[in-house]
Amino acid sequence: MTSRQRGRSILLTSGLAIALAVVAIPLYWVLVAATHTSQEIFDSPPPLLPGGDLLTNLNTLQQEAHFGRVILNSLGIASVYTLLAGAVCTLAGYGFATYRFRGREVLFGALMLGLIVPAQITLVPLFRTMAELHWLNTYQAVVLPNLALPFGIFLMRQSMAGLPKELLDSGRMDGCGELRLFLRVALPPMRPALAALAIFLFLYQWNDFVWPLIVLRQDTSFTIPVALASLQGLDETDYGAILAGTAIAAVPMAVVFLALQRHFVSGLLAGAVKE
Amino acid sequence: MTTLAPPVRETRTRPAPARRKRSGRAAPYLFVLPALLLFAAFKLYPIGWSFVMSLHRTVAGVDTFVGADNYARLLDDPLFWTALRNTGVILAVQVPLMLALATGLAVALNSTLLNGRSVFRLGFFLPMVTGLVAYGIAFSVLLNKEYGLVNWLLGGLGLDPVPWLTDGLWAQISLGLALTWHYTGYNAVILLARLQTVPAELYDAAAVDGAGALAAFRHVTLPGLRPALLLTTVLSTIGTLQLFDEPFVLTGGGPDNATLTIGVYLYRNAFSYFDFGYASALAYALTVLIGLLGLLQFRLLGDKS
Repeated sequence: MTSRQRGRSILLTSGLAIALAVVAIPLYWVLVAATHTSQEIFDSPPPLLPGGDLLTNLNTLQQEAHFGRVILNSLGIASVYTLLAGAVCTLAGYGFATYRFRGREVLFGALMLGLIVPAQITLVPLFRTMAELHWLNTYQAVVLPNLALPFGIFLMRQSMAGLPKELLDSGRMDGCGELRLFLRVALPPMRPALAALAIFLFLYQWNDFVWPLIVLRQDTSFTIPVALASLQGLDETDYGAILAGTAIAAVPMAVVFLALQRHFVSGLLAGAVKE
Repeated sequence: MTTLAPPVRETRTRPAPARRKRSGRAAPYLFVLPALLLFAAFKLYPIGWSFVMSLHRTVAGVDTFVGADNYARLLDDPLFWTALRNTGVILAVQVPLMLALATGLAVALNSTLLNGRSVFRLGFFLPMVTGLVAYGIAFSVLLNKEYGLVNWLLGGLGLDPVPWLTDGLWAQISLGLALTWHYTGYNAVILLARLQTVPAELYDAAAVDGAGALAAFRHVTLPGLRPALLLTTVLSTIGTLQLFDEPFVLTGGGPDNATLTIGVYLYRNAFSYFDFGYASALAYALTVLIGLLGLLQFRLLGDKS
């Protein structure tokens, strides 16, 4: 490296470091605010270091919003959703990627329509359907409508298209049934793609707001985002508690993401940027 | 592969050729069937019903057929136009700025001169992991006029407090800032992945031809990024037109409807006023708009082929 290049390198790295600091401030500040009372958060100067009120805030969350129950709701809904939607998307992705059959293009095109048609268009009819089925406040009402997630199907089709045809054919020569072929031959090499899909689905459901807000009408069945938004609407908003809840919503996701990011980013990109 | 059926089972399970062919023909349909059924029940059917509903007026839970009245009302509704204009401003200002920022970030993250690339890649992607509601709430406190951290920092620089969320124009700027904070890293990662497929020889060739950094960016980087730029533009456009969570949490559409989006207005009509017919008409207008803009972008940015 010449000295001129070294100078440029230092300039670029420090410039990006400043930009990253700006991006990170809100995240750091949420963690700090989660440990202060609402009063302290609005002090001048605002608190910049962690305080000692995290437990008080968590206690308030529990009192005001049944937050323990809410966390379990979120965990349960997101887990079940990830399993079921993962199965639906993987099966469909495999079907579209490895078989040639009549109507394949049309059916796949129809599913992808879901990427373009705004979710808002289905909100009202789905709400009425759920009400008629007496499914308001139920977990199936939250989970069912988005199981066939177009992006998940797209992602799995792109990944599965990379399976060598010879591998599947040699399985068939050995007398392997189609389902067995899928489970024993096609799935094992798909682990990175499946990990990416699972993180994506879990994040999607964990953070989903509008639909749960509409179908969950009782505070004991709320998910975390719905509970947080309802707390914000109160007359005397306890921001210490809300931001503690915000941290609870964000930190586990960030940890999971950091742990699995290699799979996640490469898996998503394999699907997204192929021409 | 050790997981294949052992030879002993082979003779037992291998079906007669005719039967095997038939089961083979049904197999693909069985694999895609769950997705298709769910799609038909929870997407196609509601989309159709929504259209029927948009031709009705709902009063006290009773639907009356009113023809195209809801669509006519749409054209005369000043709030619809306000929502449309607000969305248009975000689309025209925030989206290009964010994508330019993301492009710059992707180029920087791709540079061999950068130390600690993987740390930066992760750091800039992290906002994407925080949920919309979580960061909406965080921003609403950070941007509080009297007590927020941002105004306190600006005060330290000798600046007057900014009415981030209480003034119409500033509320739009705040919404734009929040969106940019959340999505720039995500777009940069998509662009970066594409950038890494641009052959290094092209840059070498440009250098041999005496091209400076700027010329190389214009003639090598940008053309190479084209498909990824199209993808991020289309995704951002769809996202912007459907915008709901951020304005709902950050400003509630206010002050004075300055951050009202079609998504928020639709929600209000459906679930505050229970005017399902009008909300459905709004949804259809939105869908047509998304379809038209998507088509236009593919025309303008897509390859000739």
